[in-house]
Amino acid sequence: MARAGLADALVLALLIGTALTAQFMGQPYLVTLATKAAILGLAGVGLNLALGYGGMVSFGHAAYFGLGGYAAGVLASHAMSGQPLPFGFSGTNQMLAIWPVAMILSGLAALVIGALSLRTRGVYFIMVTLAFAQMLFYFAISWPAYGGEDGLSFYVRNSFPGLNTFAPLQFFAICAGLLMLALGLTAMLTASRFGLALQAARQNPGRARALGIRPFPLQLTAFVLSGMITGLAGALYADLNRFVSPAMMSWQMSGEIMVFVILGGVARLAGPLAGAMVFILLEHLLGGVSEHWLALVGLLLLAIVLFAPGGILGLAERRRHG
Amino acid sequence: MPLTLLIEQALNGLQYGMMLFLMAAGLTLVFGVMGLINLAHGSLYMIGAFACAAVAAATGSFWLGLAASLAAAAAAGALVELLVIRRLYARDHLDQVLATFALILVFSEGTRWVFGSFPLYLSVPPFLSGPVSLPGGVTYPAFRLAIIVIGAAVALGLFWLIGRTRLGIRIRAGEADREIVAALGVDIGRLYTAVFALGAALAGLAGALVGTVQSVQVGMGEPVLILAFVVIVIGGIGSIRGALVGALLVGMTDTLGKALLPSALAQVMDPSSANAIGSAVASMLIYILMAVVLVLRPQGLYGQGAR
Repeated sequence: MARAGLADALVLALLIGTALTAQFMGQPYLVTLATKAAILGLAGVGLNLALGYGGMVSFGHAAYFGLGGYAAGVLASHAMSGQPLPFGFSGTNQMLAIWPVAMILSGLAALVIGALSLRTRGVYFIMVTLAFAQMLFYFAISWPAYGGEDGLSFYVRNSFPGLNTFAPLQFFAICAGLLMLALGLTAMLTASRFGLALQAARQNPGRARALGIRPFPLQLTAFVLSGMITGLAGALYADLNRFVSPAMMSWQMSGEIMVFVILGGVARLAGPLAGAMVFILLEHLLGGVSEHWLALVGLLLLAIVLFAPGGILGLAERRRHG
Repeated sequence: MPLTLLIEQALNGLQYGMMLFLMAAGLTLVFGVMGLINLAHGSLYMIGAFACAAVAAATGSFWLGLAASLAAAAAAGALVELLVIRRLYARDHLDQVLATFALILVFSEGTRWVFGSFPLYLSVPPFLSGPVSLPGGVTYPAFRLAIIVIGAAVALGLFWLIGRTRLGIRIRAGEADREIVAALGVDIGRLYTAVFALGAALAGLAGALVGTVQSVQVGMGEPVLILAFVVIVIGGIGSIRGALVGALLVGMTDTLGKALLPSALAQVMDPSSANAIGSAVASMLIYILMAVVLVLRPQGLYGQGAR
């Protein structure tokens, strides 16, 4: 347990260290890469709550990621144009206002989708979550008001009181801060009665029921929290790019978020972050070598699934055990 | 909407449904027999389409292309089963999803590397390129009609194969209890490779047929794959009959929804917003259909109970 905690701290230190070093060396681009890793890692931390601890293999988390992104994009574009939203709400470019909207929106979606998907199990669950995410994806594509297929640019990063969100390191600090909050929340939740019951329900639903634990409400709660964290990551990702598009909701995105979790290590606190960091590093390094770098990522992924179950953190741990 | 147009749209829905059936049948067979969820099924569809386009362009014969699509997809399927899938049967679905997701990346980039990023085009064989007059004053493209016929023939063939042949008995037995079947002397490894190659060949056939109606490009398999998932969730995993009924339901719902919904909404609201809302809702219709089926029957229409 202590060993796992050490690995988590190391991963986090590596991320923050990279960003600080890059800033110190005058490489703002690398700071932005670290920010991207922090945001995608946060999305993975969200998924890990459902997938790792709850045993719910959601293949549709891009839906919440995209909803969070669209919450940021739509609010910011309304703030820019001065057009009010339906029901008299006005747009805003304040992150502190955007984040709750993003989280509530993605949480509501996760509530509906989760409640329907949890009627099924196993492979049905995987496919049903995937299909619901596709439904939102096609909705985003065919809804012309916010750019449809072309996506929605909002040019100016939203603001946070007291910070300049355009300065790479300050934006990184926001994202890394939220990431740490989410990691802390996950650690707290999984050690709580709720978390233990959730893991019991994953490991053996029959016995959990015999102990008087009803899996459904536990799993739905975890699924909604999971969607909310991923939605928050989506809002940050939109701010990173100052652009949202249906691609954020695409099933490839769902696959990528899942890859972060599994690459890093399922049900390990910092696993998703480690996975996201490695993925972005690979993208950065291999992308320079070959335009077909995704094929190399695919082969690497295949090797990890076939030969190193437990992901990078699992591998590191095994090696240390000798 | 005039009746002839309605009939034409219904035929389009039928053709789309038959195409989805070819995809879904392979997926559901592989899941039913081996308990494996294969995301790379869409890549096999793409391989079929590319093989058909390449061979048809080289030889000038669509039929050779079609044969090549079956052969290439079946070969790719068998190869993938031997090299990768074989190691995944005993793993949980998560590993299967991830490994086959990785296969998609490899196949897509590999195809892009060989054929480039530009779409290829396939032309319809001459004697199927014209329209056909149907009773009731409807004219309909002969090739689309041929897809319907091929789909129906494959459905009948599969029912016969699964229900009436020795291979079918083994497939069903393997589905029920693989240890006992292996103990009875059936080479379960070879059976699995054969079933996987059969599913792959069906996907390849679908790819070649659709490549003729649309264009052949990298990434063409994934949207169809997800629709095939919707089909087997609706029909019930592992059931060929479910795949057929589900595919026709999805094909009809999608096509008729897209054709009818905007004009139906235009009766009650102004045309431009009717068009926007109509097309947005129409693109979600099949997922709504899926949700309704799930609420009523979580195991799908012909499913054996959710696994």
